[in-house]
Amino acid sequence: MSERVAIVGVGWAGFRPSTPHQSYKELMYEAAVRAYADAGVDPRSDIETFVTVAEDFHEGTSIFDEYTPDQLGGALKPVHTIGGDGLHGLATGYMLVRTGQFSLVTVEAHSKASNILTLPYITAYAQDPVLNRPLRLNPEYIAGLEMHRYLYETDTPPEQCAAVVVKNKRNALLNPLASFAADLTLDEVLSGPPVAWPLGRHEIAPLVDGAVVMVLASEERARLLTNKPVWIRGIGWCNGSASLESRDWADALHIREAARIAYRQAGIRDPFQEIDFAEVDDTYAFKELQHLEALGICLPGEAGLLTEQGATEPDGEFPVNVSGGSLGVGHLLDGTGLARALEVVLQLRGEAGPRQLEDVEVGLVQSWRGVPTTSGVVAVLSN
Amino acid sequence: MSKQIKDFRGTPLRESDFQEGKVLYVHDALRGEYAWDTGIAIGHYLASLKKGVILGARCDHCRKIVVPPRTVCEWCFRPLTEYVPLQDTGTVNTFSICYVTWDVKRVEKPEIPAVIEIDGASPGHGILHKLGEVNPEDVTIGMRVQAVWKPAEEREGAITDILYWRPLKEVEKR
Amino acid sequence: MGMRKVAVVGAGMTKFVRRAQETGKELSWEAVRMALDSCEMTIDNIEAVCMGTAPDAFDGLHMKAEYLSDGAGAWLKPYMRSYVGGGTGIFAPIQGWYHVASGLFDTCLVVCEEKMSSFYPHAQAAFLTIFDHTTERALKPNLLWIFALEMNRYMHTYGVRKEDIARVSVLHKRNAADHPCALLGEPDITVEDVLNSEVLAWPVQRYDVSPVSDGAVAIILAAEHVARRITDKPVWIEGVGWCLDTAYWTNRDLCYPRYVEVAARMAYEMAGITEPRKQIDIAEPYDPFDYKALHHLEGLQLADRGQAVQLYIDGTAARTGNMPVCPSGGLLGVGNPIAAAGLMKIAELFWQLRGEAGARQVPGNPRRGVAQAWGDLMQVGTVVVMGR
Repeated sequence: MSERVAIVGVGWAGFRPSTPHQSYKELMYEAAVRAYADAGVDPRSDIETFVTVAEDFHEGTSIFDEYTPDQLGGALKPVHTIGGDGLHGLATGYMLVRTGQFSLVTVEAHSKASNILTLPYITAYAQDPVLNRPLRLNPEYIAGLEMHRYLYETDTPPEQCAAVVVKNKRNALLNPLASFAADLTLDEVLSGPPVAWPLGRHEIAPLVDGAVVMVLASEERARLLTNKPVWIRGIGWCNGSASLESRDWADALHIREAARIAYRQAGIRDPFQEIDFAEVDDTYAFKELQHLEALGICLPGEAGLLTEQGATEPDGEFPVNVSGGSLGVGHLLDGTGLARALEVVLQLRGEAGPRQLEDVEVGLVQSWRGVPTTSGVVAVLSN
Repeated sequence: MSKQIKDFRGTPLRESDFQEGKVLYVHDALRGEYAWDTGIAIGHYLASLKKGVILGARCDHCRKIVVPPRTVCEWCFRPLTEYVPLQDTGTVNTFSICYVTWDVKRVEKPEIPAVIEIDGASPGHGILHKLGEVNPEDVTIGMRVQAVWKPAEEREGAITDILYWRPLKEVEKR
Repeated sequence: MGMRKVAVVGAGMTKFVRRAQETGKELSWEAVRMALDSCEMTIDNIEAVCMGTAPDAFDGLHMKAEYLSDGAGAWLKPYMRSYVGGGTGIFAPIQGWYHVASGLFDTCLVVCEEKMSSFYPHAQAAFLTIFDHTTERALKPNLLWIFALEMNRYMHTYGVRKEDIARVSVLHKRNAADHPCALLGEPDITVEDVLNSEVLAWPVQRYDVSPVSDGAVAIILAAEHVARRITDKPVWIEGVGWCLDTAYWTNRDLCYPRYVEVAARMAYEMAGITEPRKQIDIAEPYDPFDYKALHHLEGLQLADRGQAVQLYIDGTAARTGNMPVCPSGGLLGVGNPIAAAGLMKIAELFWQLRGEAGARQVPGNPRRGVAQAWGDLMQVGTVVVMGR
């Protein structure tokens, strides 16, 4: 067994609302070439196993794993696909290295959201086909229901959700990978049209295409390959209630449990004190608040206040979504978690350019699989 | 344990259970529509089919020509940047005589899908397509075939710009 | 530090039926409950859950595993779905293996579910979307094509006769007559029956093919120190291997599954197997079509290329033979709810190696078995070696 696992290479491609010049294979290839160059490895001779993350309906192809090996350098090697978020892939790579059977693993996730012409339908097909789908409601309604109950139970005013949008889109101004950077006022966010009241249009992360590839290594290999390894200190994942009829609408219990697992592995007792910054899922603005509370960064009802007071700004006590988050960068469907992990890696390496945080040693990244799921991953990374 | 268990669960239904309303069900037709970006390599392949040419790509590192073209050689992971026109003749690598359609409807006149190794590509490198103008019983592995194209003005840059492949007659052999 | 040993300690399955009244969630739960009962565990003893289920298109459900999660017992637990097409049923236990071998979990529940009957009018049509959307799908390819193309190439290359291949179907369907969950057990079927069955896509005929089905299977994995507390008959996962060949399947020779060979060599090396033909007592190769069992026995290095059919001719493959093949009845006999069918082979080895397979029991106290699955565009091999 290799106890410690490091991220030793990262690569990305796309991160734009559309990428018509590249097929999904070419997008993955571009990200892979960068990651291998970054890690200083040759996939054909060095990488021992490959993990990709994809959902068939997002690809428009059944058993999509078929089409993953070639552009990653994985042909005729151990390759498999996870139906999950990019961070599920990271967790899988982490486990594979820890078995002691593999010392170098590639993890990939991507989005070709622009190629899906009927995405609201596709998203709706994740609902229970008998109980929920016949209601023919826009899938965002589930987010609206969750948001309303969250605001109600935590006494969070809508302005504090809007403050998340203002912060994240402003953070994105310093991120060249961001497609939706903007300098908005609170009023501009609040006056946007409602989609599923109380959820407004500005509070929903827009979609982008993109691919992210990471190379994971055992401690021994990592030490040989790089002097800037980023360690996976802990990673937890969890599913809550699949059913809309029996879930906690206000609290993200699945994130709470995933965080507990990750913190236990990382030996973290007080995340607010021991972690320097976080990239937290903000598919919907209120989710950033709900997730911060589930992550134990603060108590229920406090995340909005922290945001309003500037504690989660880049120069605040606990910076959240310095990258711009999904609201500012864009949402990469199944690739979102890995895209957010990319920011944590760049920050921990000191390679985040104009948005570099000072003296960061421990970063947190968290993902959620979107409506109607209660599925998410939490990872603690350090340099 | 297997031998201790008497009661394996799972309740079989018959088609008649549905017709007679003994079980209820919800019917839904999916609307999944996509417009896949063809990208660089396959984009060239399709554009070339429209012109009546099958395009391959050369890997100088592995010294071979593959079809359809791709951006990266899956064996050496070097980029493939040189596209080469191939011939529209080839050899049947394997075939089937298929009496059911993709959605399992029985047909009288069978389809003959085949893997066709394309002349000009490296040995063993073919594409999936169909055979036509041939009696099913006359098809053999190793048979020489030639593409039958749609008229130029009807081609749209798709694999169906080739209608099918027919046996290559002796006199036509180059 | 050495690798953590991982054992199978419990197993359960539903009947494999053409069309089940139970939903996918309910099938999953039935299999899970039986697996837990079999080793006197409760869901609270389970630390993580792995789900194997093949394409979402069958159910018309996006992110199918999320929907299935509560049925699979994953509520408030770490839960993940892996897939490698038809290879999924043997991959899910590999996924469970690395969950435990990584040291993160001491117990892991592995569930494989398939409900193919939901697709209307026929599950096979769902397979159109496995083909490349730009270069192949426009030809309206049929799933049967790829099997027929591969079978023809196999027969042509090695001179294997259809009447010999039919022996596979006969043996497996006869074996399945002893399986209480089987859909197509036929004790009296003959080679003539297979050869006279309807031609679907020559050389593939009706009885060369396994039936689409609904069903679920679950197994429970545990780390060594926990396994020894749960049972005095743990069955160890001695080796695992998997391999995915290039997606450009028309650029490879289909006569031999080299991806199965790579996966098998990986699993054998982990298991310390140097002479598989001597060291393996039972084989459960993937048999969605009869020739596939032969193809896979060759990839598994249990027969020379083109020679696997000899195992059926000389009786080696029979349940009382030297190396019984698919004593369960395989997919051809028990049924083929894709992912569940693969995990059924793991459950079979578990029961066989514990001497609990009832009427299907292979004589002679078998010590070690290999199970294998295959999938995608004739592309993936997944292999698990189990032993007591």
